[in-house]
Amino acid sequence: MVAAEPQARPLLEVRDLAIRYGDTLALSGVTLEVQKHEIFGIIGPAGSGKTSFLRTLNRMDQFTPSMSVDGEIRFNGRDIRRWRNVYSLRRKIGVVFPLPVGLPLSVYDNVALSPRLGGIKKKADLDVIVERCLRRAALWDEVKDRLDSLGSLLSGGQQQRLTIARALSQGPELLLLDEFSIAVDPVTTMRIEDVLKELRQEITIVLVTNLVQQARRLADRTAFFLTGECVEIAETERMFTREVQDERTRDYVEGRFG
Amino acid sequence: MFEASDLNERNRRVERLWRLLFLVMTVLLIVPVVVILSVLIHKGGPVLSIDFLFTEPVQGMTAGGIFPALVGTVWLVTVALLASVPIGVAAALYLSEYAPDNWLTRAINLAIINLAGVPSIVHALFGVGAFVLFFRFGTSILAASLTLAIMTLPVVIVATRESLQAVPQAFREACWNMGATRWQTIRRVVLPNSISGILTGVILEVSRTAGETAPIMFTGAAFFLPFLPQSVYDQTMAMSLHLFVISTQVPGVPEALPFGVALVLISMVLAMNAISIAFRMHLRSKKKW
Ligand SMILES: Nc1ncnc2c1ncn2[C@@H]1O[C@H](COP(=O)(O)OP(=O)(O)OP(=O)(O)O)[C@@H](O)[C@H]1O
Ligand SMILES: [Mg+2]
Repeated sequence: MVAAEPQARPLLEVRDLAIRYGDTLALSGVTLEVQKHEIFGIIGPAGSGKTSFLRTLNRMDQFTPSMSVDGEIRFNGRDIRRWRNVYSLRRKIGVVFPLPVGLPLSVYDNVALSPRLGGIKKKADLDVIVERCLRRAALWDEVKDRLDSLGSLLSGGQQQRLTIARALSQGPELLLLDEFSIAVDPVTTMRIEDVLKELRQEITIVLVTNLVQQARRLADRTAFFLTGECVEIAETERMFTREVQDERTRDYVEGRFG
Repeated sequence: MFEASDLNERNRRVERLWRLLFLVMTVLLIVPVVVILSVLIHKGGPVLSIDFLFTEPVQGMTAGGIFPALVGTVWLVTVALLASVPIGVAAALYLSEYAPDNWLTRAINLAIINLAGVPSIVHALFGVGAFVLFFRFGTSILAASLTLAIMTLPVVIVATRESLQAVPQAFREACWNMGATRWQTIRRVVLPNSISGILTGVILEVSRTAGETAPIMFTGAAFFLPFLPQSVYDQTMAMSLHLFVISTQVPGVPEALPFGVALVLISMVLAMNAISIAFRMHLRSKKKW
């Protein structure tokens, strides 16, 4: 996989980011850039701060009172903390959690929710969006006859794709995926991975994964987080050769981590 | 091997003992309810009739029916519901969905819990001071119902807050992540999934006020008033006060009469409970997660 063409301006610029829960430091000294149309992988063991990092990107830290964020994050060149309307920022950033959250609504309403929040009311317009997003999430064929049944009745793997369709329905510029395959079988995982590769044409993806090989398959560049520190950022292929800069990265990637 | 099975045998006996103990406690709990109901039905049953329900008391309340009291209680509970539900639900929404977790919120929560413990006679005096005198509602349905409403507000808030908090936090976060505001999240996801719990909880709590006597005695319920109230500014008879009056204040009441009144009162409360439970089961059968 080739790295994305360097663009005039990265989509995401993070500088000296530090995240605290109360007084405990969860992540510090993260400086990185994510280019447009790049798939940016983040790997690292449990508790290394990957989820915390994602949460700060769309300012979900607001909803965890103990969480405080220092440093600078620019989205499209604009400091996200100066963004007057935080809701419009979040609409540009789709999020998929480790465990699928099928809202207790029908399949159709799950995907139509975000457009409706954005003020789209006409059934015909919504129909188009719902079908397009479900198709892009590789779910349409399985649910097209049961759009009115509850989203939470779908299988786990289907619900995860429903969550992806819902994230896409916002029309995001950036998609944050947090260990999306944790509750999904290998076949479905592969299907979703294919979807992600295609989405790359249109949007930028930050992919947190605990499967090192998944990062290898998908990510152009990968960051390795370890106990609250960003140890290394490199083109993904380099991480799997002997060219790593840090011993710890090699140990983790090769599964020799104690 | 032998020792292990011996131990298992002992565990099994202990287990059975505990089970029996809990069963006995549960049965003990039901006994008073059954006794009360059967005494009421046995003694009060004979006076029940359509006439009893739909005529007014006569001969100094020693005979006749209970119609004005029945209607009065319905008025009082309905107006109390109309006042306490919107305020209580709004307060609970604020506390559960908006309020930051700081000392002020915690103080308010503590106050609400304590407010639920204020004796009803204190509420009665507050009602006289506030609604009867200060707001000049006089002794009226309005004053009495508002007193009942104030009294039930804490439990309405607590019941509502519990229903709201039963909605998984992940639903809210999924919604916020989509760029929904707090209100959009409440309207689209939180309320639709908690409204059944809110309504039934609230109805259950408020229906209990049908039995309250002290808060309405000085604020709007009349000793004897053989007319139906025409508006919320009228006084009214009420079942609970009527029961108190004919049991203790009026000479020459036949023994069966108070039991009949009590039976009707308890049936009203049970009927409201039954309705709200049926409603809850209906909504729960459509529960979505
Ligand atoms: N709400 C919270 N309050 C306090 N500490 C938290 C909170 N959430 C996370 N942490 C702490 O922050 C650190 C980083 O957690 P985070 O969830 O970001 O890790 P992660 O890399 O996503 O781990 P995993 O791979 O297990 O998902 C951990 O030490 C965790 O205990
Ligand atoms: Mg995580």
